[in-house]
Amino acid sequence: MSQPLLPLSIQWAVHLLTLLLLPPLIPGLINKVKAVMAGRNGPPVFQLYYDLGKLAHKRAVFSRTTTWVFLAGPIGTVAAGLVAGLLVPFGHTGTPLSFEGDVILFAYLFGLARFLTVLSALDTGSSFEGMGAAREVAFSALAEPALFLGFAALAKASSSLSLSTMLLGSGLGSGRIAGPLILVLVGWAIVFLAENARIPVDDPNTHLELTMIHEVMVLDHSGRPLALVLYGASLKLLVLGAMLMDPLLPRAPQAWQNWLIFYGGLGVLAVAVGLVESMSARFRMTKVPQFLIAGILASAFAFLLLLV
Amino acid sequence: MNLYLLAVVLVMSSGFPGIFLRRWGGEVSAVLMSLGAVIGLTAAIRVLAGGPVATLALPPAPLASAGLLTLDPIAAFFALPVFLLLACAAIYGIGYWDNHQENARTLRLALGLLAASLAFLIVSTHALPFLLGWEGMAITAFILVMTEDRLPETRRAGWIYLVCTHTGTLALFGVFAILFAASGHWTFSGLPQGFAASGRGTALFVLCLFGFGFKAGVMPLHFWLPPAHAAAPSHISSVMSGVMIKMGILGLVRLLSWIPDPPFWWGAVLMALGALSGILGVAFALGQHDLKRLLAYHSIENIGIILLGLGLGTLGKSTGHPVIQVLGFAGALLHVLNHSLFKGLLFLGAGSVVHTVGTRDLERMGGLGRRMPWTSAAFLAGSWAICGLPPLNGFVSEWFIYLGSFRALGFFRWPWSLVVLTSLALIGALAMACFAKAYGTVFQGSPRTEAAGAAHESPRSMLVPMGILAGACATIGLAPMLVAPALDRVVAAMGEGTQVQPLSRLAHLPSLSLLALALLGSAYLLWRWLRPLDSRRSLPTWDCGYAAANPRMQYTASSFADGLVGGLRWVLWPRAHGGKVTGCFPVDQPFESHVPDLVLDRLADPAFRSLATGATLLRFFQGGKVHIYLLYVLLTLLTLLLWMVA
Repeated sequence: MSQPLLPLSIQWAVHLLTLLLLPPLIPGLINKVKAVMAGRNGPPVFQLYYDLGKLAHKRAVFSRTTTWVFLAGPIGTVAAGLVAGLLVPFGHTGTPLSFEGDVILFAYLFGLARFLTVLSALDTGSSFEGMGAAREVAFSALAEPALFLGFAALAKASSSLSLSTMLLGSGLGSGRIAGPLILVLVGWAIVFLAENARIPVDDPNTHLELTMIHEVMVLDHSGRPLALVLYGASLKLLVLGAMLMDPLLPRAPQAWQNWLIFYGGLGVLAVAVGLVESMSARFRMTKVPQFLIAGILASAFAFLLLLV
Repeated sequence: MNLYLLAVVLVMSSGFPGIFLRRWGGEVSAVLMSLGAVIGLTAAIRVLAGGPVATLALPPAPLASAGLLTLDPIAAFFALPVFLLLACAAIYGIGYWDNHQENARTLRLALGLLAASLAFLIVSTHALPFLLGWEGMAITAFILVMTEDRLPETRRAGWIYLVCTHTGTLALFGVFAILFAASGHWTFSGLPQGFAASGRGTALFVLCLFGFGFKAGVMPLHFWLPPAHAAAPSHISSVMSGVMIKMGILGLVRLLSWIPDPPFWWGAVLMALGALSGILGVAFALGQHDLKRLLAYHSIENIGIILLGLGLGTLGKSTGHPVIQVLGFAGALLHVLNHSLFKGLLFLGAGSVVHTVGTRDLERMGGLGRRMPWTSAAFLAGSWAICGLPPLNGFVSEWFIYLGSFRALGFFRWPWSLVVLTSLALIGALAMACFAKAYGTVFQGSPRTEAAGAAHESPRSMLVPMGILAGACATIGLAPMLVAPALDRVVAAMGEGTQVQPLSRLAHLPSLSLLALALLGSAYLLWRWLRPLDSRRSLPTWDCGYAAANPRMQYTASSFADGLVGGLRWVLWPRAHGGKVTGCFPVDQPFESHVPDLVLDRLADPAFRSLATGATLLRFFQGGKVHIYLLYVLLTLLTLLLWMVA
């Protein structure tokens, strides 16, 4: 386990600030990469910050069918994302909260966010949003086992149940672990793309509501609730992205170096997502389950490799 | 013990005054039941808090062995949901099934007797009172299921239930016969080392699985459960699903507490059955249109989760890993309590809905959230908890089982607990889908029928019990440390050598509770930020620019589940009729789809039907003509004569 590299309070403060302020940058980066790849200038990298600021001053419109559950979606997404962000390590910089089994809570917090988003979508009574919600729950039923099999493999490899040890455990660099780790990361990369509604599972920029998954569930949100939805989505990118990157990040002697490595890693991840989105098309809806099952298989093979 | 017996007598008598009263029958019964419940809970909590274990023996010789009735930690723990839920059901019954409705008096009387049977059953530590309680429970529950006996559907459900419960009881006779042969007396006591591995031990386990599994609704013995739960009045369904089926679990828990060295394969079988019930239970729930049948299938799913925990604990016990044993058993036991809280709550909520809309069909509801806000909130709390989402109680028990199975990954060469892990993850995701479907179609959107549009909130007597149960769910979820010491004692009663660490430390409950509070705190802050809602409310849903959307255009429960049901087609075998559109100018086409039960509709029903057809062939010999019968007599006599001569 890492000895405290910075006074605990500063470590906490940097972690919290990163968690609160950094997320909207990631979609900005992804969009910039996509624009450059397509030969456009694209929106500025800080576009989402501007959008959030604008939305915070806008009046919200609510459908007459909605109840308070409609607000639970955005609120739950952000609250669950923030708590999950306390559990995940941002590189080798120390985690604010870490205990045996926090990985289960971490996974279930995203389950909670999904449940509330789905209910919030159904609250409008719109068939488009119902369609999106139905797809979301169907695909998550495949993403969840992939995520947990990956956790099981890492738990077996690191003999620990705490997210920070599992993701950053020193044993992960050794040769025996490298193969399974790569498979787990492949599985998780698929989960990452699906959970964050990115191409090739879902297209955040499509113009056709019929083919959307996540975006169609938030069609009716406006004003501040919409700001929370957008912020929550970027928060999820950060937190799940950190989970995906952590095992790959090298460990530096100085705390500030570790933070820089983490930010650099996030940048690379955003560029990678942008490249994937630029180079591939969205799957047909019927192909998505196959893609997710590939994720389950990758994690399952990782576990099998650990047994031999 | 005396306190506890007083409680049993009080709840038993709760239905009697109502027979003679023209009015206030429900109120009297609720008061007596609640009084009994408070006393019973006090007695149980005293034992769980570390008080002395009380026993009772009767003077006559065969019953004189100490421990006819014992209020030990296991019994006390099971007494918690029994008393809590029965009091809630009785209060709920005041508004839900008032004096004017058919069989109201019988219903209250039988409910009191059911409560007494359950309370008596859980403290029985002798074969005779156990079977008395068991049969009392079975028969009173049958009467309760048959409350609306003018409906053919109800009569069929009651009949299936009666046959099943007695088939199960038959197995229990076998169980006690084996126990008597092994120990020489009828009281429950520990069995010797090595017994479990013997042939008789195997027979005991299989019979227990059959007898108790039938009651608990373990797949594939679950098939009585959905029709019975759907046909009974909702507060009765909540009692049956919340506590009665748990008596099967109680039986298995007792069995495991007698065995010092369960073989490895017991744990594996329990786990396999748990995974089967859990996954198939929720899969079948996804295909249902009937709100109460859907909830009934979720009971099967939750029994599966409980069995996963029991199986994991048994693995830990048989291989000498106390940590896994404690976490597995604690998870299973806490899930017993949790499930009765949230499933009781959900059935009461469903009852509220059925009461005002007058149908159980999901496709005829919608928009009830605006019309019955309190019921809607209670049902949401129940759904939230049953999906195992933090920060409510369902998460805590699943957390124990997850922790145990993650730990077990490191202990065994082969990853048995991976079964638990992946099944739990899959069950969680599917349950979420199913409750999004149920809550979404019933309470959200706009009403699909006039009856749903005219729905109104239930009276306070129905809301208060739901509030109590929801409060209990939240308490256990936010402060699981409160129940941890009690669980420690119960788990210790289930096997020696389980003194590892207190559960609270083992499972990091304070951290869990802290994070739950952090979640609530941040949610509250965000809500405050959204609060200055200078908003416009009188607008329609956006619907991509189409302004004249009508309720029939909403996504239905069937369409919502269609993707998943289609993906699980190979096990659900959904049936669909109609809906084929042909020609250039198609006319209206009816479409209907449903998911029949795999065992009842596809196996048991056809099997018994062909048995009945086969039996009619025998009528050829019994045609009702006397001279033919005389011929039989003559032939028989001739045969006998020939046989004697030869």
